[in-house]
Amino acid sequence: MIQSISILAGRNKTGKTEKFERLDIHCGEIIGIVGPTGSGKSALIEDIEQLAQRDTTTNRQILLNGRIPDPDLRYDPKKKLIAQLSQNMNFLADMSVEEFLKLHAKCRGKNPNLVDQVIEAANALTGEPIRKDMNLTILSGGQSRSLMVADVAFISDSPIVLIDEIENAGIKKHEALKLLSGNGKIILVVTHDPILALMTKRRIIMKTGGVEKVIATTEKEMELSVHLTRIDQELLQIREKVRHGQEITSSFFNAETLSPEFAE
Amino acid sequence: MKVIIVAGTPGAGKTAVLLHTLKVLADEKRNVSAVKVDCLYTEDHLRFQNIGIPTLMGLSRDMCPDHYTIYNLGEMIDFANRNQSETLVVETAGLCHRCAPYTENCLGVCVIDATTGPNTPLKVGPFLSTANVVVITKGDVISQAEREIFRERILEMNPNCRIIEANGLTGKGAMELASCFDEANSFAHEQEKLRHNAPFSICTLCVGEMRIHQQHHRGVLRHINGLQEYVGE
Repeated sequence: MIQSISILAGRNKTGKTEKFERLDIHCGEIIGIVGPTGSGKSALIEDIEQLAQRDTTTNRQILLNGRIPDPDLRYDPKKKLIAQLSQNMNFLADMSVEEFLKLHAKCRGKNPNLVDQVIEAANALTGEPIRKDMNLTILSGGQSRSLMVADVAFISDSPIVLIDEIENAGIKKHEALKLLSGNGKIILVVTHDPILALMTKRRIIMKTGGVEKVIATTEKEMELSVHLTRIDQELLQIREKVRHGQEITSSFFNAETLSPEFAE
Repeated sequence: MKVIIVAGTPGAGKTAVLLHTLKVLADEKRNVSAVKVDCLYTEDHLRFQNIGIPTLMGLSRDMCPDHYTIYNLGEMIDFANRNQSETLVVETAGLCHRCAPYTENCLGVCVIDATTGPNTPLKVGPFLSTANVVVITKGDVISQAEREIFRERILEMNPNCRIIEANGLTGKGAMELASCFDEANSFAHEQEKLRHNAPFSICTLCVGEMRIHQQHHRGVLRHINGLQEYVGE
């Protein structure tokens, strides 16, 4: 069982030691990773994905349950404890959706009958439905991203989940996040989205390749997050209407035109 | 002398991965020499030289590039000896899926591009299946699921290899690869043989010669100093 994951400081891009010593993340926690592009967010995620042991360019070390992890956990997909949703928007593998999911289930030592479940979950996140006989490479950005999310949720199903910019590709990000964050999992989510960032318990601030500081989300921020989520839901509803060719009559300057949920 | 032979298709990222790896070795103050072999043109040797690694450049021109590499190994080792290097890293031109330029006692390193799709490991042949270390590049461009499938396919072709996931842009994997170099056997040029035969065609290697020393070779042969000669009847 994974109780905690610890990040021990390495160096930033200028070779300076990072501004923290050790960060312990416990099961059930959601942590945000924020910072400008190029600040090292994805590199931090990668260090965790490969359970770095001071053998990557950042010189960080990752511990599981406070100890150095067994080397098998780093490389063997069947034993892997970490699932990762990376930034990629498209599949490059030239094979059908079904063949791909079956192969991946085999790699992870999972039941190949998961395929239908994965496709169903993916279709709940995106517009035009994915069929299992479709070739991966013809899927749209949103379809690919949804399938990746569902694959991570069911086939890579792991106690630690790393998410790199889930807001990409116009899929339903809240539903996607819910699907990925099962009970007791440790979630690290890289994001540029203030709503997602404020939904986390703590957030890691990245700068020039290193961790600059770690901030705990304040009460005020949590309140703001609730408010922002409501605005976001309203935007999503308007987006869906636009997508489905409807005329938009709502206006943020006239509260009556907005949905009843927003007024609450 | 430890000899590291690096093979892989063009554009897979051999040079980028090696640059980071050689930098790691240079930082450790290790005495390493390198050879960059290409067919018609390269400037990559200058990039190796820029990080302080003595580097020899060889262009195979009209000779098969893998045969050229194998044929010139002795001269490459002389070069490394002159630099008092304990390790020689040879980057091959890396073209053909049929050849594998590894000899029995070198450390064979295959660099393979993950974006070429999960069927590639099944296609590339002996330079993957007879390698000691397989370096997967560009894994950051594909999903974790595709990476895992790619990895599984490599292990189907070469169950005993060590797999390193590297990134030629960020240097990921370079330290791990550098640490593998120590595991190479000591190279015995006079007795050294190829692990896998080359394609059958018209040159001495093509008709099945496995011994690598220059005295066993016939045909149109090109030396690393540019001298080309015909040896035979």
